[in-house]
Amino acid sequence: MQVIKADVAIVGAGGAGLRAAIAVAEKNPELKVALISKVYPMRSHTVAAEGGSAGVIQDHDSLENHFVDTVAGGDWLCDQDVVDYFVSHATEEMIRLEHWGCPWNRKDDGDVNVRAFGGMKIERTWFAADKSGFHMLHTLFQTSTKYPSIERFDEYFATDLIMEDGRAQGVVAIEVKTGEPKVFLAKSVVLATGGSGRIFRFNTNGAIVTGDGHAMALRAGAPLRDMEFVQYHPTGLPGSGVLMTEGCRGEGGILLNKDGYRYLQDYGLGPETPVGQPKNKYMELGPRDKLSQAFWQEQRKGRTIETPLGDVVHLDLRHLGEQKLMERLPLICSLAKNYLGVDPVHQPIPVRPAVHYTMGGVRADINCATDLAGLFAAGECASVGMHGANRLGSNSLAETVVFGKVAGESAADFASQNVMSDERKLLDQAKAHLAAIESLRNANGTEKASHLRHEMVKTMEDSFGIYRVGEEMQAGLDKISELRERFKNVKVEDKSKVFNTELLQAFELQSSLMVAECMALGGVERKESRGAHQRIDGFEARDDVNFLKHSVTFYNGDAKPRLEYEDVNVTRFQPEERVYGAAAEKNGEGK
Amino acid sequence: MSDKTLTIEILRYNPETDDKPTFGTFTIPYVEAWSMLDALEHIKDELDSSLAYRWSCRMAVCGSCGMVINGTPKLGCETFLRDYYPNPIRVEPLANFPIEKDLVIDSEDFIKKLESVKPYIINAMEKPVEEGVNKQTPQQLGLYKQFSMCINCMLCYSACPQMGLNPLFTGPAVIALGHRYNLDSRDDGYEQRTEVIQGKNGVWSCTFVGYCSEVCPKNVDPAAAINQNKLQGSQDWALSFLMPRKGDK
Repeated sequence: MQVIKADVAIVGAGGAGLRAAIAVAEKNPELKVALISKVYPMRSHTVAAEGGSAGVIQDHDSLENHFVDTVAGGDWLCDQDVVDYFVSHATEEMIRLEHWGCPWNRKDDGDVNVRAFGGMKIERTWFAADKSGFHMLHTLFQTSTKYPSIERFDEYFATDLIMEDGRAQGVVAIEVKTGEPKVFLAKSVVLATGGSGRIFRFNTNGAIVTGDGHAMALRAGAPLRDMEFVQYHPTGLPGSGVLMTEGCRGEGGILLNKDGYRYLQDYGLGPETPVGQPKNKYMELGPRDKLSQAFWQEQRKGRTIETPLGDVVHLDLRHLGEQKLMERLPLICSLAKNYLGVDPVHQPIPVRPAVHYTMGGVRADINCATDLAGLFAAGECASVGMHGANRLGSNSLAETVVFGKVAGESAADFASQNVMSDERKLLDQAKAHLAAIESLRNANGTEKASHLRHEMVKTMEDSFGIYRVGEEMQAGLDKISELRERFKNVKVEDKSKVFNTELLQAFELQSSLMVAECMALGGVERKESRGAHQRIDGFEARDDVNFLKHSVTFYNGDAKPRLEYEDVNVTRFQPEERVYGAAAEKNGEGK
Repeated sequence: MSDKTLTIEILRYNPETDDKPTFGTFTIPYVEAWSMLDALEHIKDELDSSLAYRWSCRMAVCGSCGMVINGTPKLGCETFLRDYYPNPIRVEPLANFPIEKDLVIDSEDFIKKLESVKPYIINAMEKPVEEGVNKQTPQQLGLYKQFSMCINCMLCYSACPQMGLNPLFTGPAVIALGHRYNLDSRDDGYEQRTEVIQGKNGVWSCTFVGYCSEVCPKNVDPAAAINQNKLQGSQDWALSFLMPRKGDK
């Protein structure tokens, strides 16, 4: 049993994990950082983010605008102190990335350019063509290599936290290349493990987005918050789910139903804006939840387009012209061509909503501290409370760096002020987790993990879609509980050690099922409609009296999670009717 | 799913049980929309759960799924069965790397090379964030943008005949990355990268076959980066006779 000691262990090396590692290194170069990731850092799913990252930069914009957009976009389920912190620190992080070499798009005078995004009143999305996440991730990864105190453990698959004296003091991991178990002991731990989108069948997420960190935190005693809020991005490619960025619409792309009609005007997002003149918070620049819901309604009315890969609407970019498409949306063009044989210069792109983002996550406060001492969380895996019931596009890339930095600094402070517990006790803990690894490798039941996974993703898609019904959700919850039970009888056929991805996928499935149960329970019990959680069984309205609350789910062994609610921190922006388009201006939301 | 089928041969290797790699053959349903990754997932989920390969984003940007398909280094995610059907497809791990298992190669050496080129902004005059962004015109951005597009998929290392002859060769992607920073108007690190880029295992190991740029899925054109550096290196060498301090800027 190899033991690796560090001051701060960081699990996950995407945008948030890398930013956290750099923050520790800059705060105190004496602190040794172990950066642990199940994939090489540049494979992390931050890489797939396309459109851009928010940060107020224009003179006619304000932090208050960004705050209002975010809180209203989240249907008031945001903790407003956290949103204030976020909007006031996003821009400096964008500038820091620029200093580190991020190739943001520029204006002719050499200043940074910004684009429009859904639900944002003023253009404030920093972008690097349509590969913003790719460039942010590579910039962070490459920059991280200059700090000698950061030691990376690439392709190490973390399975469990080591808890002692009520504190997180390390993790147990499998070195994928050898299959050997490794024990990391640290004075503080940061989780930056990303979301859980692969729990759903049709999604924009990479294979790795399986909720490992969510489940690791749960099992150790840290609750998950707001897990019922799962974002459907309105424009994924049919079949694969590959993302067509919101930047398409930010640049002026339009959505058409089978009659060539811009149907969004029928769903509270109009009146129709002239083609080629996108207007912030109107039509195609409405928020993601509203746009995905409009697709569902159109589909019900028979106004979507039938294809062998499912019903679609058209994302039309043709009027933007080849030159602009090549400058601003080159990846979109090549993806549409390669995957569907559609050239966006000449043809509209078929799209449909796909699961994209986990709004909830490990409950963490404004300092990224979780319920467990010494454990911090940042990025998509965390619920710091800034996204509420619906995340605005371009807020999540910014979140990774704003709160990645906070988590790193908090973890550095904690590591400086604490000493590790008795090592023998820590290693006893570790041994129990190592036994669990061997036990799963030797699992000799009758259930095939891949088939359980197929059932899980189908169940979640059927029961927790864009619109939800109590009975269907209950059936979905029961099914997930059944799958969790059946997982105990799983068989791992490959007993070998080197790069045993069957074993890793079994761990991922175990985590996904645990997280799915939290999502399902949160959905069943939330008897209202808010943001991404929309019900059509008598709970169509938002209910601020009973449900202006975060859901909080706790691990409960083999039984269903335990559910509680907690208040939302509303500091100054009281809930209002959530409207877009002309209705918003009528309501005076232009403040 | 139709009744049509397709044969896929995959180079299999498990270091715990096999002396050497051998081909395994699988018959899978032919689905027109499937990529090579979809095919491999079907094999892993239904036919042989021990199959090892790397993948994640499915959209040609994470760089995980490089493999050699019918002799050509490609990304599995953007290789489609329809371009091969009804002929069988042969899949192998990337060449010029040790195999860990099946289609998984050992990329540690590549990562070390990547780190050796100092792939970050080296700037003598770091300014605080309060002073805002550096100015960089679209023309200045255009100088290096292409070389910043590398997804580290390592197809160019598989394609490069020199990699096989001289494993110490820094290689196309890493030289392109160093070049990307050298060309960045915000960077002053040219001298610090010279050894890696201009040393005997740098650009001078390249015999300019150019296959690296042909297989690059992102049009980074690493061969151009290497050629520009050979030119720069020659100029530096020539200047060293005419000027003191070896032609330093």
